[in-house]
Amino acid sequence: MNPVSRRKFLKISAATISVAAAGSAIVKGAEALGNKSGKEVKGVQKIPTYCDICFWKCGAIAYVNDGKLWKLEGNLEDPLSRGRLCPRGTGGVGAHYDPDRLKSPLIRRSERGREEWVEVTWDEAFTHIADKLQKIKAQYGPEAVALFAHGIGGNFFKHTLKAFGTPNITAPSFAQCRGPRDVGFRLTFGEDVSSPERTDIKNSQCLVLIGSHLGENMHNSQVQEFAEAVGNGASIIVVDPRFSVAASKAKFYLPIKPGTDLALLLAWMNVIVKEGLYDKDYVQKYGFGFEQFAAELTPYTPEWAYPETGIEPELIRTTAREMARYRPATLVHPGRHVTWYGDDAQRSRAIALLNALLGSWGRKGGFFYPVSMDVAGYPYPAYPKPEKAKVDNPDNKYPFAHETITTGIREATISGKPYPIKSWFVYATNLIHALPNEAETIKAIQNLDLLVVVDVIPSEIAGWADVVLPESVYLERYDDINVEWFREPFVALRQPVVESPHDQKPNWWMAKKLAEKLDLGAFYPWKDIEEYIIHRLTTAGLSFDELKKKGILRGSKQPIYFDEGVSAQFPTPSGKIEFYSLQLAKAGFDPVPKYRRPLPGPLGSFRLLYGRSPVHSFSRTQSNHILMDMVAENEIWINADVARRMELKTGDYVRLKNQDNIVSNKVKVKATERIRPDCVYMVHGFGHNSRGLKYAFQKGASDAQLLTRYVTDPLMGGTGMNVNFVTIESEASHG
Amino acid sequence: MARFGMVIDTAKCVGCMDCVVACKTENSVPEGLNRDWIEYEVQGKYPSLHMEIRSERCNHCSNPPCVYCCPTGASHVHDLGGVVLVEHNVCIGCKACIASCPYDARFIHPDGYADKCTFCIHRVEKGLDPACVSVCPTHCMSFGDLEDPNSDVTRLLESRNHHALIPEAGTKPCIFYLV
Repeated sequence: MNPVSRRKFLKISAATISVAAAGSAIVKGAEALGNKSGKEVKGVQKIPTYCDICFWKCGAIAYVNDGKLWKLEGNLEDPLSRGRLCPRGTGGVGAHYDPDRLKSPLIRRSERGREEWVEVTWDEAFTHIADKLQKIKAQYGPEAVALFAHGIGGNFFKHTLKAFGTPNITAPSFAQCRGPRDVGFRLTFGEDVSSPERTDIKNSQCLVLIGSHLGENMHNSQVQEFAEAVGNGASIIVVDPRFSVAASKAKFYLPIKPGTDLALLLAWMNVIVKEGLYDKDYVQKYGFGFEQFAAELTPYTPEWAYPETGIEPELIRTTAREMARYRPATLVHPGRHVTWYGDDAQRSRAIALLNALLGSWGRKGGFFYPVSMDVAGYPYPAYPKPEKAKVDNPDNKYPFAHETITTGIREATISGKPYPIKSWFVYATNLIHALPNEAETIKAIQNLDLLVVVDVIPSEIAGWADVVLPESVYLERYDDINVEWFREPFVALRQPVVESPHDQKPNWWMAKKLAEKLDLGAFYPWKDIEEYIIHRLTTAGLSFDELKKKGILRGSKQPIYFDEGVSAQFPTPSGKIEFYSLQLAKAGFDPVPKYRRPLPGPLGSFRLLYGRSPVHSFSRTQSNHILMDMVAENEIWINADVARRMELKTGDYVRLKNQDNIVSNKVKVKATERIRPDCVYMVHGFGHNSRGLKYAFQKGASDAQLLTRYVTDPLMGGTGMNVNFVTIESEASHG
Repeated sequence: MARFGMVIDTAKCVGCMDCVVACKTENSVPEGLNRDWIEYEVQGKYPSLHMEIRSERCNHCSNPPCVYCCPTGASHVHDLGGVVLVEHNVCIGCKACIASCPYDARFIHPDGYADKCTFCIHRVEKGLDPACVSVCPTHCMSFGDLEDPNSDVTRLLESRNHHALIPEAGTKPCIFYLV
């Protein structure tokens, strides 16, 4: 601890007091907003809803004091939050009071990207959009419209655009995030890991984290269970080039050379098979192709892996034995954001295979079988059948992509092949920060006749839009009910707890109005979302009034492990766990993963790694004053010895220059022992360049801006992004 | 007499700052200021490192220099649980307490008075935990009566190794960190 730091902070904060007094998010914002409806509610009301600061959808209780939002707590009834939100959820208050929010619909009035707008009415906005869409449909067909939508709020836009007739609906959560993991697990077990993940962390006796930085990424239930496992004395093994928070809880920390995880996984499996430590009954009962698999592992000894990974053979053996010791309650965590090197589906498959050897799939302390309430969807008319196949994956180039590839749509938008894409609809995903290679995204945008962005803040992608539609934040709107797949069945309600401060509208309202403008009103037989929700709940025998009061309705517990009676079925071609994959072999891929050494960077450069802060979600929370008060800018982590040699110290500002001469915003150095000397690390989501984000503007640097290169996963089209290298330049040289 | 204190399990804490955020919303702490914070103490050389993550705040010392040095009596020990509080209306903002605190736990509120953690006494009086304790997703924080042999805090201190911060200052801090 540095006892000086806080005194310094006090001095600095004296300078910021005047700013705080002028624009305090909590106090001033509340006064400024008032209460539009004039309904005066005195005292404290507690209203349940579920969170939208990330995609985890935790049950929350909003406290509204004299009609103004005061604070958010977890809902004890909710199996996801278990009564406790993460810091972002607690800080969700700041999303409502953010003074930089989008306030009314906007239409671009000068060239794209200049962020110059005319405020219009909602009707003008919808008329403008509908006219353009009809023209595009007439000229190119409805398939020429693509939707990028993230989170449950995207449901109604998906509905409208499916009714319009396009199959091109996508989200970066597949090809820029969890896609390779889900493909690797599907190829092995026939099912993916889903979201929220089916990981039984709280019952794990041995937990293996490979680059997964639980505690810094705040997937709430997982972090809670991680702490529970640590408290129970679980053996934690962490593999990471950076000494993460999780690493500080670990019994074994493996400081791996970036990009070599697959070598380590193969060596671990080599030891477990060679020493006969695997779950033989489980493998025999459920496995397919084990003999061929075992033969393929022979060359991958710990001695072979040592020069690749930098992990000593004895440590590889010891940790392999540790995993075997606690099986089947050993969980090799599949991670979530796993688009790293372009071999990610095969690496994820190796993780699946290691879990299969340990017998953890379907077992307590490993992977449970998620359950859900039986709540049917709304009985809509059938969607028109698109005449053309999806545009993202021509000739089935990526044969194992089971979702739509964002970057495939981007490519088609640039090339016009296999057919032109002339409009993008973007809901709640800041594509400029979410997709690698910003230049390609902008090139694609220039080929569009219409870019519509629905967002709550003026994100970078909104800056490029032709039409911007301002959405109410989650605390001000209903959304679709969340019929979750998790440890136990439940339904959660998101409902408005306060009013929107300006002319913002909920997504369901926009999607319905737009459908009506497009003569697709028949697809919205309900009057408003309450009617929609009531229909779905009533059909399932559930009460809307009760759900409004409690926020969560829980079903009865059901079996979630094989031992409890879940039938062990594996929807793979063989109907078994595929140690050897004939479908991979048939498609020309390695039936058992093979290691390929990652390409090195230019001499004197550092591999750029990125991750999460516990107080921010993607690039969408840097406008939230409460969360920015916690972490206002990101830092570039540099190994302490390297920093010393470069005469850099913590707090110095530098700029990063990547292999393609892209230079970042200025960013603070964090000189630390907690990272290898051959890489640098930063938190994703900072370095905003949108002028509308006054508070977040150019605070920290954007990793996304530096990710000009990516390696596409040949199995499923994911974009491996940890393949960029940077040099560090002093801020002085840039003035 | 009750003696309120906190026991924080550094093995479970992930430094997520939910305690800091919750304090801000619960107590409307102005932007740029905070009553609690996270410290990372890193020892060793990569890759052989040890790191302790701590949620820190006013230690509500049993021997509180901030109370002794206060010229107006604004800084005082509350009847309930020995909690150290500041009477805002009596404080003249002279900062003597800030200088005396070995933990740097105090700051001047924009309204001119010395401010800091209150152990959420307004919640504790209602039988609730302080906001930071109540929200922690890792359940690493416990609040209670250090004098009560049956309280969670006492039992944790009996069963686990622990330390307090800067004990050499002699202030008798009431926040303990399990290791």
